[in-house]
Amino acid sequence: MSRITVIVDGVSYTDEVEPRTLLVHYLRETVGKTGTVVGCDTSNCGACTVHLDGTSVKSCNVLAVQADGHEVTTIEGLSENGELHPVQKAFHECHALQCGYCTPGMIMQACDVLKNNPNPSEQEIREGLEGNLCRCTGYHNIVKAVQQAAGELSSQAVSS
Amino acid sequence: MIPAQFDYIAPGSVEEAISALAEHGDDAKVLAGGQSLLPILRMRLNAPGFVIDLGRIGELQGITEEGDTLVIGAMTTYAAVLASEAVGTHAALLSKAIQTVADPQIRHRGTIGGALVHADPAGDVGAPALALGAEFVIAGPGGSTRTVAGDDFFEDLFTTAVGEGELLTQIRVPKHTGWGAHYEKFVRVSHQWSIVGIAATVRSEGGSIAEARVGLTNMGSTPLRARAVEDALVGQPATDEAVRAAVASVAEGTNPPSDLNGDSDYRKHLATVLTRRAVLAAAGA
Repeated sequence: MSRITVIVDGVSYTDEVEPRTLLVHYLRETVGKTGTVVGCDTSNCGACTVHLDGTSVKSCNVLAVQADGHEVTTIEGLSENGELHPVQKAFHECHALQCGYCTPGMIMQACDVLKNNPNPSEQEIREGLEGNLCRCTGYHNIVKAVQQAAGELSSQAVSS
Repeated sequence: MIPAQFDYIAPGSVEEAISALAEHGDDAKVLAGGQSLLPILRMRLNAPGFVIDLGRIGELQGITEEGDTLVIGAMTTYAAVLASEAVGTHAALLSKAIQTVADPQIRHRGTIGGALVHADPAGDVGAPALALGAEFVIAGPGGSTRTVAGDDFFEDLFTTAVGEGELLTQIRVPKHTGWGAHYEKFVRVSHQWSIVGIAATVRSEGGSIAEARVGLTNMGSTPLRARAVEDALVGQPATDEAVRAAVASVAEGTNPPSDLNGDSDYRKHLATVLTRRAVLAAAGA
């Protein structure tokens, strides 16, 4: 067993884990962050996307021990003071989900896309989300939601 | 699935990593970015007793310039290579190829050195590294290092010159400042492995090709460099007709695989089409 300390959604956790434990399993089963889901389990689908030190990663493709001393943000850590994050709000308003299984990963990756490119074109959004699969094929509204969130975030930036 | 049990070692220096390799030998696997290794462990295609994680060795990360050479640490992520202005300016071909690797999340974790040592023939980094004439610095026991030229680095399927007990530490890329570059990757879905990929970089002079370098992805058990085509392109105008003729023989002597994505002859045909496109795009035509 290895002892790890990881900050998850702003709270520090210290736990004993087997080295083979995947980050996604640590988050779900030890920390209880079941908002992050396991989709394909082969690093293709992106449903398990979280931020590691502020950068998107597929948490089924990272060992929990690799996150020792680092900071993880999951879908459960995005909202502030009970207010949905602008990307979450836009997914809700644009109906950017059908079954909803890909949604946590889509939102986390959309946040990463907008962090690096606050005003992406439709093509740039689609390329930024290329590692996230929606098996309902609901990409159209997902792209619309990211566009709406980009507008919301940039008007927030202007007003603040 | 989850990997079989292993012990985890996270050395803080190259020296410590080499010692751990010496101690555990072929029961150990080296973890770089882990974007290929973790799926392999999860699918139980390999079950090492020890995993040696290079992720905490700062000296293996980063990009520096030494005169006419770019020095890229083996543990530099794809994302860091893409963000590097020096690579964009002096080795644009590498940036163009890495833009096509997998997806953003994988590029945040995956490393250039991990990809090169993994040596998947369908991986996108080997061909541009060969085309740019990269050299590979390998560390071994007792503080020893040796430098291997591109042509000697890739030995076979998933096999490189990096021996047991050794680590790739640096990729040294000769600057190709002012050269146009293009990586033409043929896939059916966006984040697939290359069915065939062509890396081309060209120095143009007055509308014609003064020098060219061409690397081939997934046209054999290792990445390949198409020297005959490079020679044939010298002095040619950057026109469709001239380039088409110069690259017509690009698949000669190659032995590409046959699989569900296409048979060997199909890949040979693809290579001629993609090489023409890649060279023309690199020449700005």
